[in-house]
Amino acid sequence: MDFLTSHLLSLILFIPAVSALVMLFMPKDEAKLLRWFTLGASLIPFALSIFLWTQFKSGVTGFQFEEKYVWYQAINSSLHLGVDGLSLTMVLLTTLLTPLAILASFSVTDRIKPYMMLFLFLETGMLGVFVAMDLLIFFVFWEIGLVPMYFLISQWGSANKDYASLKFMIYTMGGSLGLLLGIQLLGSLFGTFDLAVITAKWTSAQGFLLGYPIATIKTIAFWAFVIAFAIKVPVWPFHTWLPDAHTEAPTAGSMLLAGVLLKLGAYGFLRLVLPLYPVESHNYAGWLALLATAAIVFGAFAAYGQTDFKRLVAYSSINHMGFVVLGIAAAAFAAGTADAHIAMNGAILQMFNHGLSAAGMFFLVGVIYERTHTRNLEEFGGLFPLVPIYGGILIFTSMASLGLPGLNGFVSEFLVVRGAFPVLTVYTAISMLGLLFTGAYILKGIMKVLHGPLNEHWAHGEHKLTEINTREIFVMAPLMTLILVIGIWPAWILEVINKAVMRLF
Amino acid sequence: MTTETLIWLIPLPPILAFFLIVLFTNKNKAFSHTVAIGAALLSFLGSMYLFFWRILPAPELGKEPFASAINWIPTGDTWLKIGVLVDPLSAVVLFFVAITVLMIFIYSVGYHNYGQPAGDHDHAGLPPHGATVEENGHKHVVLSIEPMYSRFFAFISLFAFGMLTLVLSDNLLTLFVGWEIMGLCSYLLIGFWYAKPSARDAAVKAFMTTRIGDVFMLLGIAFLYSATGTLSYREIFTANTLHVLATVPTPVFGLSAAGLIGLLLFIGTVGKSAQWPLHVWLPDAMEGPTPVSAMIHAATMVSAGVYMVIRIFPLLSLDPHTMVVVAFIGSFTALFAATIAVAQNDIKRVLAYSTISQLGFMIAALGTGAYVAAVFHLVTHAFFKALLFLGSGSVIHGMEQGVLHTGNHEVDAQDMFNMGGLSKKMPITFWTFLIGGFALSGFPVLTAGFWSKDEIFAEAFGTGHLAVFITLAFAAFLTAFYTMRQITLTFLGEPRTKEAEHAQETPWTMTLPLVVLAIFAVGYGWVGIPEHFPGLGGLIPNWFHEFVGSTLAVMPEAVPFSFVPLATSLFVALGGLFFGWLAYRNVQNTAQDKLQIPVLKNKWYFDELYEVVFIKPAIWFSEVFVSLWMDKGAIDGFLHLFGKVAISTGSAIRNYFDVPVINQFFGDGSAHVTQWVAKSLRPIQSGRIQQYMLVSLVVILALAGLLFYLLRLA
Repeated sequence: MDFLTSHLLSLILFIPAVSALVMLFMPKDEAKLLRWFTLGASLIPFALSIFLWTQFKSGVTGFQFEEKYVWYQAINSSLHLGVDGLSLTMVLLTTLLTPLAILASFSVTDRIKPYMMLFLFLETGMLGVFVAMDLLIFFVFWEIGLVPMYFLISQWGSANKDYASLKFMIYTMGGSLGLLLGIQLLGSLFGTFDLAVITAKWTSAQGFLLGYPIATIKTIAFWAFVIAFAIKVPVWPFHTWLPDAHTEAPTAGSMLLAGVLLKLGAYGFLRLVLPLYPVESHNYAGWLALLATAAIVFGAFAAYGQTDFKRLVAYSSINHMGFVVLGIAAAAFAAGTADAHIAMNGAILQMFNHGLSAAGMFFLVGVIYERTHTRNLEEFGGLFPLVPIYGGILIFTSMASLGLPGLNGFVSEFLVVRGAFPVLTVYTAISMLGLLFTGAYILKGIMKVLHGPLNEHWAHGEHKLTEINTREIFVMAPLMTLILVIGIWPAWILEVINKAVMRLF
Repeated sequence: MTTETLIWLIPLPPILAFFLIVLFTNKNKAFSHTVAIGAALLSFLGSMYLFFWRILPAPELGKEPFASAINWIPTGDTWLKIGVLVDPLSAVVLFFVAITVLMIFIYSVGYHNYGQPAGDHDHAGLPPHGATVEENGHKHVVLSIEPMYSRFFAFISLFAFGMLTLVLSDNLLTLFVGWEIMGLCSYLLIGFWYAKPSARDAAVKAFMTTRIGDVFMLLGIAFLYSATGTLSYREIFTANTLHVLATVPTPVFGLSAAGLIGLLLFIGTVGKSAQWPLHVWLPDAMEGPTPVSAMIHAATMVSAGVYMVIRIFPLLSLDPHTMVVVAFIGSFTALFAATIAVAQNDIKRVLAYSTISQLGFMIAALGTGAYVAAVFHLVTHAFFKALLFLGSGSVIHGMEQGVLHTGNHEVDAQDMFNMGGLSKKMPITFWTFLIGGFALSGFPVLTAGFWSKDEIFAEAFGTGHLAVFITLAFAAFLTAFYTMRQITLTFLGEPRTKEAEHAQETPWTMTLPLVVLAIFAVGYGWVGIPEHFPGLGGLIPNWFHEFVGSTLAVMPEAVPFSFVPLATSLFVALGGLFFGWLAYRNVQNTAQDKLQIPVLKNKWYFDELYEVVFIKPAIWFSEVFVSLWMDKGAIDGFLHLFGKVAISTGSAIRNYFDVPVINQFFGDGSAHVTQWVAKSLRPIQSGRIQQYMLVSLVVILALAGLLFYLLRLA
């Protein structure tokens, strides 16, 4: 038990990767074994995360479950792990979504072994970013997450996969360049990469550096960080990689891409940008809010303009993540006030909520795509009588995405709007246009797929559409339960977030 | 059980019923409606017990309402609390909601043909088309049961939950939750027969139009919350908070914070209660099953809009500018919708426009400060409009039986010109509809509608809002006129079609709710007879005014009695009814109807206008501007430019430096030089010793010479 609690984070972090290595020695044709092993391997971190959640003391200041191992002594970088309320929420989201994505992948029959291994590596990569307390480690995991996703898209994707995977990879790498330089700068200045140490020294640094005023250097480094994270979130106008990558990725890949990978960007803002650059964040919050509003509004309009179901859902992510960034901008602008706390609570909860609903939506698109081999909204129509259970689940999840009160999305969007309103009034008001059109594209999706006269093509013979199966319901059930529970009783998760926010900002 | 616990429990049965039906009983129709009606009955009994045994005996409910709240969302150091509140306003609203909801639930059993056989060709998503049965060797077609019977009861249960939540909330946030849940349900129920494109489109239209109001309302809530730090009515409506809100200026139109918040919230009402200019969704919402129309247009959703704006009256009334807007929108809508109603031929659409118009009356009343009158009309309208909608559903149902009898499905069972003479075929429906219609027209003294409408007139006149008073008087005249037109065309005279001849009275599950609602459509008026009314005033205490008025911090004064509004009220009601009968008693077809004016029939072309001004541009903006031009064109074009620049830089480096300079000049060049040198030297590699010796000698001599020369220099 002692070992467990003292090594909890490294267990959660490395069990997936180690399991993937174990899979190297498994026969590649044993589909059943490979699938269930991967699922089992991803359920262990989930169980451990729940244990972590129960053991976590939200009242305690600072990081918990810290672990520190020597890694790269020459430059003073160590494998330093830890969680606070913010990262804990993201760890829970990641370890929850990964097993669901793997369960969703049971229908994959092409090269199962490398596919499943990539998912496990991906999980380690994502978790590493959330638990890293050392900038270099943060960056390493940040980049590690890219590689499996690149291969998942380029090897298991649909028609336009080469373009999409390349765009995804190059765009994110391009953003990371500035991040790497920024981290190098900090590392060489202070002789360490430890986040806590750097934050303390950096924020109080004054005077000149390398012959330039430190304010200038900070501004440049700030933008280097911001652009890297803005691409990942993605914030308008850095968003066009997302519809392509999401649309071409295999279903489970889209689930994690939308569910977790986008959160890495937002997490970067919360963990690095705001604590490291409070002054710059305040000064440039207006710009960030402008881009967030553009993401909300244009994301919603673009989603409405799609004819591909999956692209529609992909654009909805841009729309929803815009609210996260709007909350962050408001908190950056008004740091320390009650408005900032409320906006930040909303932003972080929105990250979690979007993870649930976006993963669910992508999965549901995948379910119907697997059966019909089309994502074109015009080719569906009136499918509700054929698939009543699927239809019900789709409407439920769509409503969560739409932000219907009583479901989770509303709570977080309301908090963001409430927090941002007094601080960024005009932007908040404009973003209401996006909220209005959220309704339009969600209803368009439901209308084109389920409602209207039945498209007879799917009603008979070999094309006959089959109902969602038990395994698929098992993927959706946890998501739907959480969507409803957070909608009705958000306090259990918001309390953890709130306490972390109160200390951080 | 404490009263507060009871209040918390009242909304729960319907939501449990919803989940029970969806998850477990949906295969069994009898179970499903039993669960739903049982739940509605529980909520009804709870509400009635609450009303008669807890609320009425409470001495000072206005000052000390039943309230309880719990922490819901942590917001920094504080919590956002949610809770329940029953004060006189929510008490009277809860009263009519509980009754009408239960009646609509019972009615739905008959409306969806419970007990009838499954249809021959029915399938989910379309209204039932009838089933062929064989009796004594001969076949005939009868009504068939709704294929999605259980689903209907699940949805209306959720709807009821939304309404009860809204009414019992002590704060704007959970009110908004209930508000939006009803929005969802109305979407699901208007589009209940989703395979019909018209129903599908109407559902989307309803949701989107109301959502326009909702996003403004959300802004208003956010504004109010950040200005006051709370959303609880009781905390907002304190003298201090209200004073601050009234004095803080905003940069918008010179309104005070209170005025702007009130206006934003009021836009929510404009959407939800279908006021001009967001009224367009409500008539289309008639695509839903008729109990839904009653549910949405009488008992719950549209009432919710008015309820909310009544709820925030203390805030709203702080800024006179906002009040003018409210009064204008209300009275304009009242008249505007009434003009459309006179030219409609669909029995339900007439009622739909009449609903818009009557809601306008309430809003206008509120805009003139007539708080109690607005509440009074809200309640009486809920009863008589639920009655009328259910009555019209009963008529349509009876007509459908006629249609099945003749087998001519071309005949529109909702077109009033296909009816006529139904009073003899459907006596219960006729008499109850007549009561409802008279109440709507404000038939003097007997009906509840008279008392509430009269109070609105009296208040508008007494407080000097003459423009509002005159507008509403015209609207009321039209109301009585189109109501009598409707009654005459539908029930009086002789049947104009074979289908009308074979129409039949509907089963007891449908007529019983009509009778119950008819009792309230008459009797409810008597609880609010003004004290100074000639003859009747003072015989029964004006309980309604006293009770509801006590919700406000200061009891509103009743306006002094005047004969002008009373005479107006009598004239417009009786005159409208009389002229309506006179004009339509002999009309046989639409050609003889002088009011089939295109501009009225086409609803002043608002749908067409919005299509051109908002919908088409929005679609163009989405599909062309944002998706194609901005994302695919500008942004991706820019990105692809990067790719192209990288590729052309790469190939430029290759073609202009790597290939010519490094490869050809240095690489190949050095090879060529070496090759040439080697080739040139080849002749001396002959293999002859003598030649080698000769060359060695020459080299040695040359080196020696060089050495000598160099040494000499040194």
